[in-house]
Amino acid sequence: MTSIAILASWLSVALTPAAPVDFQQHVAPLLAERCLPCHGPEKRKGALRLDAKATALEGGATGPALVPGHGEDSLLIQRIKGLGDEDRMPPEGPPLTPAQIQSLTRWIDEGANWGAQEAAPAPTTADATHWAYRAVARPPVPKLPPSGVPIHGDIDRFVLARLREQGLTMSAPAPRETLLRRVSLDLTGLPPTLAEVDAFVSDKRPDAFARQVDRLLASLHFGERWARWWLDLARYADSHGYEKDRPRVMWKYRDWVIDAFNQNMSWKQFTIEQLAGDMLPSPTISQRIATGFHRNTLINQEGGVDPEEAYFEVLVDRVGTTASVWLGSTLACAQCHNHKFDPFSQKDFYTFMAFFSNNDTALRGSLFNDLHMGEPILTLPTPAQSTAREKLAQEMAEVQRHIDSDSAERRAAQRLWEQKQREAELQWQVLPPQKATSQGGAKLAVLSDGSVLASGPAPAGDTYDVVVHATLPNITALRLEVLPDKSLPKGGPGRAPDGGFLLTGFAASRGNEASTPLMFSTAAADEQIGGFGPATLLRKNVEGWAIDVAAAASSGRRQAVFVLREPMQGGGTLRVRLSHMPRALRAIGKFRLSATSGADPLFITQVPRRDRELLQVPESRRSTAQQDRLATLHRNNSSHFAPERARLRGLQKQVDELGIVTAMVLQERPGFERPSAFVRARGGFASPTEKVFANVPKSLPPLPPDAPANRLGLARWLVSDSNPLTARVTVNRFWEQLFGRGLVETSEDLGTQSPPPSHPELLDWLASEYMRLGWNTKALLRTIVLSATYQQSSRVRPDLLAKDPTNRWFARGPRFRLDAETLRDLALRSSGLLATRVGGPSVYPWQPAGVWDVPYNEESLVWKTSGGEDAHRRTLYTFLRRSAPYPLLINFDATSRETCTLKRPRTNTPLQALNILNDAVFFEAAQSMAARMQEGAGTKPAARLSYGFRLVTGRHPTSAELQTLNALFASQRERLRKDPSAVKALLTNPTVEDAKPPGVADPERAALTLVANVLLNLDEAVTKE
Amino acid sequence: MSRPVHPTTADTIARRNFLCQAGFGLGAPALASVFARNGWAAARTDPMAPKASHHAPKARNVIFLFMAGAPSTPDLLDPKPLCRQRDGEPVPPSFTKGERFAFIKGTPRLLGSPYTFKRYGQSGAEVSELLPHFTRIVDDVAIVRSLHTTQFNHAPAQIFMNTGHQIVGRPSAGAWCTYGLGSEAENLPGFVVMTSGTSAPDGGKSLWSSGYLPTAYQGVELRTKGEPVLFLADPKGIDRSTRRATLDALSALNHQHLEAVGDPEIATRIAATELAFRMQTSVPELADLSREPQSVLDAYGVQLGERSFAKNCLMARRLVERGVRFVQLYHRGWDHHGSAAGDDLLTALPARCKETDQAAAALILDLKQRGLLDSTLVVWGGEFGRTPMNEGRGGSPFLGRDHHPRAFTMWMAGGGIKRGLTYGQTDEIGYAPVQDAVEVHDLHATMLHLLGLDHLRLTVRFSGRDFRLTDTKGKIITPLLV
Repeated sequence: MTSIAILASWLSVALTPAAPVDFQQHVAPLLAERCLPCHGPEKRKGALRLDAKATALEGGATGPALVPGHGEDSLLIQRIKGLGDEDRMPPEGPPLTPAQIQSLTRWIDEGANWGAQEAAPAPTTADATHWAYRAVARPPVPKLPPSGVPIHGDIDRFVLARLREQGLTMSAPAPRETLLRRVSLDLTGLPPTLAEVDAFVSDKRPDAFARQVDRLLASLHFGERWARWWLDLARYADSHGYEKDRPRVMWKYRDWVIDAFNQNMSWKQFTIEQLAGDMLPSPTISQRIATGFHRNTLINQEGGVDPEEAYFEVLVDRVGTTASVWLGSTLACAQCHNHKFDPFSQKDFYTFMAFFSNNDTALRGSLFNDLHMGEPILTLPTPAQSTAREKLAQEMAEVQRHIDSDSAERRAAQRLWEQKQREAELQWQVLPPQKATSQGGAKLAVLSDGSVLASGPAPAGDTYDVVVHATLPNITALRLEVLPDKSLPKGGPGRAPDGGFLLTGFAASRGNEASTPLMFSTAAADEQIGGFGPATLLRKNVEGWAIDVAAAASSGRRQAVFVLREPMQGGGTLRVRLSHMPRALRAIGKFRLSATSGADPLFITQVPRRDRELLQVPESRRSTAQQDRLATLHRNNSSHFAPERARLRGLQKQVDELGIVTAMVLQERPGFERPSAFVRARGGFASPTEKVFANVPKSLPPLPPDAPANRLGLARWLVSDSNPLTARVTVNRFWEQLFGRGLVETSEDLGTQSPPPSHPELLDWLASEYMRLGWNTKALLRTIVLSATYQQSSRVRPDLLAKDPTNRWFARGPRFRLDAETLRDLALRSSGLLATRVGGPSVYPWQPAGVWDVPYNEESLVWKTSGGEDAHRRTLYTFLRRSAPYPLLINFDATSRETCTLKRPRTNTPLQALNILNDAVFFEAAQSMAARMQEGAGTKPAARLSYGFRLVTGRHPTSAELQTLNALFASQRERLRKDPSAVKALLTNPTVEDAKPPGVADPERAALTLVANVLLNLDEAVTKE
Repeated sequence: MSRPVHPTTADTIARRNFLCQAGFGLGAPALASVFARNGWAAARTDPMAPKASHHAPKARNVIFLFMAGAPSTPDLLDPKPLCRQRDGEPVPPSFTKGERFAFIKGTPRLLGSPYTFKRYGQSGAEVSELLPHFTRIVDDVAIVRSLHTTQFNHAPAQIFMNTGHQIVGRPSAGAWCTYGLGSEAENLPGFVVMTSGTSAPDGGKSLWSSGYLPTAYQGVELRTKGEPVLFLADPKGIDRSTRRATLDALSALNHQHLEAVGDPEIATRIAATELAFRMQTSVPELADLSREPQSVLDAYGVQLGERSFAKNCLMARRLVERGVRFVQLYHRGWDHHGSAAGDDLLTALPARCKETDQAAAALILDLKQRGLLDSTLVVWGGEFGRTPMNEGRGGSPFLGRDHHPRAFTMWMAGGGIKRGLTYGQTDEIGYAPVQDAVEVHDLHATMLHLLGLDHLRLTVRFSGRDFRLTDTKGKIITPLLV
């Protein structure tokens, strides 16, 4: 509070001779009409209540609403005036009039007398806080009058109580075959084998179903099925995303998730290891791999990206994802402004971000690096790899020592090399331009030294055309020097704000008009960034030539040499075109062209343009640094050590070929300071304002006083029993996975905008039960699937179709389409193709050609179809490239995992039908199923057809169904007997290129293949019912 | 094409469910007319079977050219000489008091359009030099300068423009139209989506979702590079008659199961599978642009084999020719903040215009020449507007404009829309509409009206209340109608 403000408020009182503002007459009606609808006992938007002085003083998400005596400085007045960065209040209806604002201001100046409502009002409703933010309390279980309905546990009591209110009844239990298929798909993502079905159907023990559940919970496939779900939330993928979308190695994290589910790691530990495994005392490798959860963010490798800004985007994603996954909250909405509906301020967003801002990062160079903001990568060699790597490292050190050693012989070689460099320089002849024009409107001035300087308009893409006259009779190469100039940004040599440029085309042609293009064989520069070298200008996928202008030793001078395929004889007019695509960077600002007749034109690039002056300094007058610099260039570039350098490259290649697995992880920076972050005005990276320190949102329970205010503290806070959200959010997601809809329908958002839970008491009971069980996931899932509610038949009774078409009251069992991965897994399992190995690197099953043919795809990135068992692994192991996901996944509503996927939509389209009918992967499964039908069910067609039907649905076909199948089978077998070429085609594996047709054409096998193709497409096959 | 008819209770369930979902439950006359018109016993029973409209329609099809990212209409269709005169001056505070922007901070400064506007056609519509081809169709379109929306971030605003609500989960306009009217195209999806430009639109699949309508009504996305639909070809050894035989068996089994289980989703799957079968022949024929005369390809600017907006526009014409009810094209890349080179008004905006202007104009002229324009409503526009002020994020030297929900321009043509009209007016800097303001719900109400649907009657009951595309709002913009 400034003294001026106090003075001003004193003046306003002093100069206004009116009587004090009457609260009841002037203020209360105004508040009631314009403020309390949102900030009253009912809604409490922004956690603010203005119906009593105490609550107004306490304030909301952004602090106290008013300061008695200081009207102008009170937030209330500022907001109704529309000051600051926020919306004017009230957001609806006309703004308050100046007179109204004045009386409110005066009323606060006069002490904000509230009449009778000084104290905090007794809550009018039990508690006006949104239900999801209230602590979880275990609700009493409803007492039900006795009825014939089976009750297995408390879940059923809650569900039945609601059904009674709705006038609905439970459905009968599902048939055993259906039930076992349902629970097998839910717990392992795979259908039961027929032996398992038979065993369960004939098991008369009262706990037969519980035994099946326990078997499934113990299966290693349990971890795969639940990892499939979690990896959506974790936005797991095998590539970095954005335009380049290069591959990354991240599968160790996927293995960790599978293992964690299989070990039944408690949700507490599961959370803590993923968010802060690196911060646990003496973390294990596994705990560090777990932190890959937040390394699944995208990495932008485009040119021209500001690395700090790109990293900021990563942190924004980590905040939003953490809040969505654990808190079911849209905290991400508060990046730019206070949350519109929920009690999260913009500041909350950045205090939360601070938890993630203390990760160990290294800013690697400026532009074009592989990973702009490098975060730690664990290398995970096997013991054998470790030994091999060490041995290679020793050899490399030895070779390096030899290169670094000095001798009279090396010094003599250097002198000779320097001499040759000086001579080579003399073989270059500057080509002074006769004409230089810019297509983009830049002014190109030809200077006396033959260089060209650009000024004036600097569009993002520009093309320079230069006409020169060459007198050399035999030109072997052209040279492009880029030069500094003080008229250019940061001294040049480019016109980009940082002095850089990106050259994306260098072409030369001979003659005047109808000219002959000159072809180049190779090109090299004395310096470039990463892969951005002039050689890329000669190939199809142009990257462009760029230099690192930020490098400390820069003097702005660089050169690129372009070697002609055929020497140009006789000199004459040359037209040279320098083009710059309108990508991120600007054109070259100053350059000079020259030509040579030398036989080894690239030789001069061994000494960078900026070091060439040193060659003119006599050895005796060089400083030590200068002498060292030339010695280093000689060592690194001259032919003298070429064999040793080749040896080093060979050794490095051997290291690379060891195939040591890596994992991207988090690593907290050591230190004792509380992590901090800057609030960004409007959420913009470029607008940092206030520095804030790591903390949890103000409207939620605080971090315990003894908890560290860092990622580890945050992780523990998320899974503490007093956190009102995490348990509710998590059990709601489990329920949604099993029943197809959550008790809160918007499982992604439990905030104030979410529809109320269908069964609030059941939700809280499950949350409290989960905590009581020690956040034991398998135990909770067991409890749910053992309920009578879960085991109901899913038949859509006509009365339910009318009264509850979306099954929100659970008067029947769940019935919905399987997700993308499960569909393929089911086809592979039913056909006996599935390779059941758990874990390991990503695989490349067959996919249609051309899927990776996306814009900007690099030629080196190709889908190499896996052979052997990797062709038939579970679908969660399929390599996921974000810009071009496996087509099945997209057709069936999986996402490209660019961001956290909280819920997949569930669609039903003709493209899906085509996918299962015609995708070679599914047809191969049909072929394999036909073989199983022939081999596994005797010789009678009916038995074979029935067997196939059971393989996908788990149940025996009805006689009508069998009849339909048999009609198809018999007619097709009949037809195929007369068409051996069709038989061979039907029995040739479509996923294998040039696969051999079978030696014997078996029409029955072919007809069964067609039947299997139908079976895999049954609604019942693709549905969990 | 044979279609098995199974007069079973399953059919009855499917049909009853379908009718009741189709929103005709309350309207007995409508129901009767549906029966009369279609003669249920023999008619298509799939969810896309054509249905009677509420009143006589002007338009039968819609093509929505969605310019995702929000084009800078102050530089295209709503010139403001005052901004040019006062270029660089602070915007008068009366405009921006209490306003919030996504990225602008401090006192924003007016940005005069760097482009020249002239009047064209008999209507004298003012068009920027960036849209040379559009000038050829100004007398065929109505330019609406007074749109405004409530959302100022891409994904919610795109979802709002498509579904009438900013939160994911409601049906999109295309879904509502096919739900209300079905589709004449028996062999293609009734609602088709294609994308071009720098990336997919921010709103993702939600933009063509069926929300709480049956899933049969969601948009089907055709691929725009390579095969339009994957897995179209039958496996080797399966000819058409064999495929038909397998699908007859599949359909029979699924019908039997529908009867036993009663889940209407099975009916949708049966219909989807049958449509898939027909698409195996209709889609290759649809996508075969090589039969189009070179003059047509040139008019649109189509390069065969290349993914482009031009190609999608030509496909859109072919789709409506084949009776597809609702075609939506997305072209992403209009988000020109000027925060860096490459997203500015001087390079990126002209590039987007170049990618779209010719084809959009060609589409109108082509439809007109074929007599299809009168029955096809074409809508062009983005999810919101852009500020009359320069953004200058972080002191950026590049010209650009921030998101602006208060005012933006769209254009519409054909299907009962007046020709050569400029409707609505913004204030002297283009900050907000001052005359004939149009809300997104008004646009939706008008679209539905032209299709013969009453936006107040096209409802579906969900979670205990009747929902419609226009939420609780929407008025038909009668001055736009012929």
